[in-house]
Amino acid sequence: MADLVSHPDEVRVVSKRFGMGATNLERYLELDGYKAVQKAISMGPEAIVNEVKNSGLRGRGGAGFSTGLKWSFVPKQAPKPKYVLCNGDESEPGTCKDRLIFEHDPHAVIEGVMIAGLAVGSKTGYIYVRGEYRYLLEIVQKAIADAYARGFLGKNIFGSGQDFDIYWHGGAGAYEVGEESALMESLEGKRGIPRIRPPFPAVVGLWGGPTVINNAETLASVPHIILGGAEWYANLGPPKNGGTRLFCLSGHLKKPGVYELPMGYNLRKMIYEVAGGISNGRALKAVVPGGSSTPVLKSDEIDIGMDFDSVAKAGSMLGSGGVVVLDETTCIVKFALRTMKFYQHESCGWCIPCREGTDWLKKTLIRFHAGGGLKKDIDNMYYLSENMLGRTFCPLGDAAAMPTMAFIKKFRQEFEDHLDGKPCPFEKAAEPVLA
Amino acid sequence: MRFSDQFEQRFADMLTHYPTKRSVLVPTLLYAQDEVGFLSDEVIAELAGRLGLTDLEVRNVITYYSMLTTKPRGKFNVQVCTNIACMLRGGEELLEHCEKKLGIGHKGTTPDGMFSLEEVECIGGCSWAPAAQVNYDFHENLTAEKMDRVLEDYKRRVG
Repeated sequence: MADLVSHPDEVRVVSKRFGMGATNLERYLELDGYKAVQKAISMGPEAIVNEVKNSGLRGRGGAGFSTGLKWSFVPKQAPKPKYVLCNGDESEPGTCKDRLIFEHDPHAVIEGVMIAGLAVGSKTGYIYVRGEYRYLLEIVQKAIADAYARGFLGKNIFGSGQDFDIYWHGGAGAYEVGEESALMESLEGKRGIPRIRPPFPAVVGLWGGPTVINNAETLASVPHIILGGAEWYANLGPPKNGGTRLFCLSGHLKKPGVYELPMGYNLRKMIYEVAGGISNGRALKAVVPGGSSTPVLKSDEIDIGMDFDSVAKAGSMLGSGGVVVLDETTCIVKFALRTMKFYQHESCGWCIPCREGTDWLKKTLIRFHAGGGLKKDIDNMYYLSENMLGRTFCPLGDAAAMPTMAFIKKFRQEFEDHLDGKPCPFEKAAEPVLA
Repeated sequence: MRFSDQFEQRFADMLTHYPTKRSVLVPTLLYAQDEVGFLSDEVIAELAGRLGLTDLEVRNVITYYSMLTTKPRGKFNVQVCTNIACMLRGGEELLEHCEKKLGIGHKGTTPDGMFSLEEVECIGGCSWAPAAQVNYDFHENLTAEKMDRVLEDYKRRVG
């Protein structure tokens, strides 16, 4: 059970029920539970899609695509059944927010899946939870069973004349399965190899039927939008970046934790005020703003709003909300190496630029960090990364290339300091912060 | 090949959740592994038979998922995260500590079959780093001393 934190600047929407016992269905009902889905039934599909579109809700899994727009791509008439798939395969390093949603408010996810189903005319939803999150899968299983027992799921939901079923599904350890097409493959009982697009899942998805795939945080936000209204939600954040976000603050911080802050919240304030600043009185070196795949920001690049558009303008991505903070004792080469070890391990091997690229980058970085680096390696690594970008079926290749290019571009000197057989200049200084 | 009643009930139930039988495969493999300890040839043949797949098709899926194993492991599988957020807060040192303490390396098992050790990728404990999992239990904000206590606790559980 992960510890909860709080800060006065938090705006609690998705985390509203955290720590309030809302896994219990009766308690969830006391806290406005299952009201949104009833309201959604009375609104009808078109109004639901418009409400979500107007709220400015964008995908919380990382890509930041408009949720309402995604839903509107699902064809009204389809020869095959339509599906809603909740992506709870949270695996992007630095990200630990969906965990809290499943732990504290699983019915909000269920309600979100139901509303998505109503919006696109689907009768079946799946909630996929990563294999490592077994205790959360059990919470979800119980929540689904409780909802069925009360007649909230199944035939004729809330007297609407519409049927809706939700099933749980568990993974077995794979980062790549968090990618939407690989997620569908995994749910169909196969290796999580990505599918080529088009066709997009909204047209051809699970078992060939149109499928809406949304992150757990995205779906858990939907009931609040339906109840509070698009305008209220949109106004919580800057234009086109509606609402709040669960930010997972980690690394060299005094008070790491998952905080729910309005979209557009200043990154510097997030680090120094919300999370209490850098531990051990050290100076900030860099921030990875949205999970390990997002390009690093230097310490003088953090006066930005944490919303999709502002972070993109700063040359990075808001990603999955995982803010990893590095102090001055961190070796960037080592950090880049650990990041690449991860992507090399997780690459499924389907696309050659990713399979070979991550492997060569890892090998070069290992040699480089050990003092066997050559000057030309630096440009070679950059060139290799550049040639992975956009050349793979799924974004895992990009996820490995983008941070590598940023590490080299922004911290070239640190790479050069490792040249000529010199030992890593940070090996001694880097004392771990054991809390 | 006999699984528990709970397994059988869940398996039968899951088959009704999807339009294709094969869809139950990934979670079923993990549940089978939980009961048997690893995915033995017998388990693979049994599940392949039930789902109308070849053994090879099942093995092909097994090798993709990091939690699935065809080799026996210790009673308690200690999985230490060393990914970026944990690395910054001592994850690598914690792994080293476990290696010394248990006398085994990555994917090793103690001679008494009690513990296995694994260096794992991000387990979603980033804000409570360094983090580790023992089987499915999360342990967070770990120090070497805390980890020792955790391991002792598991040992004591077996008596």
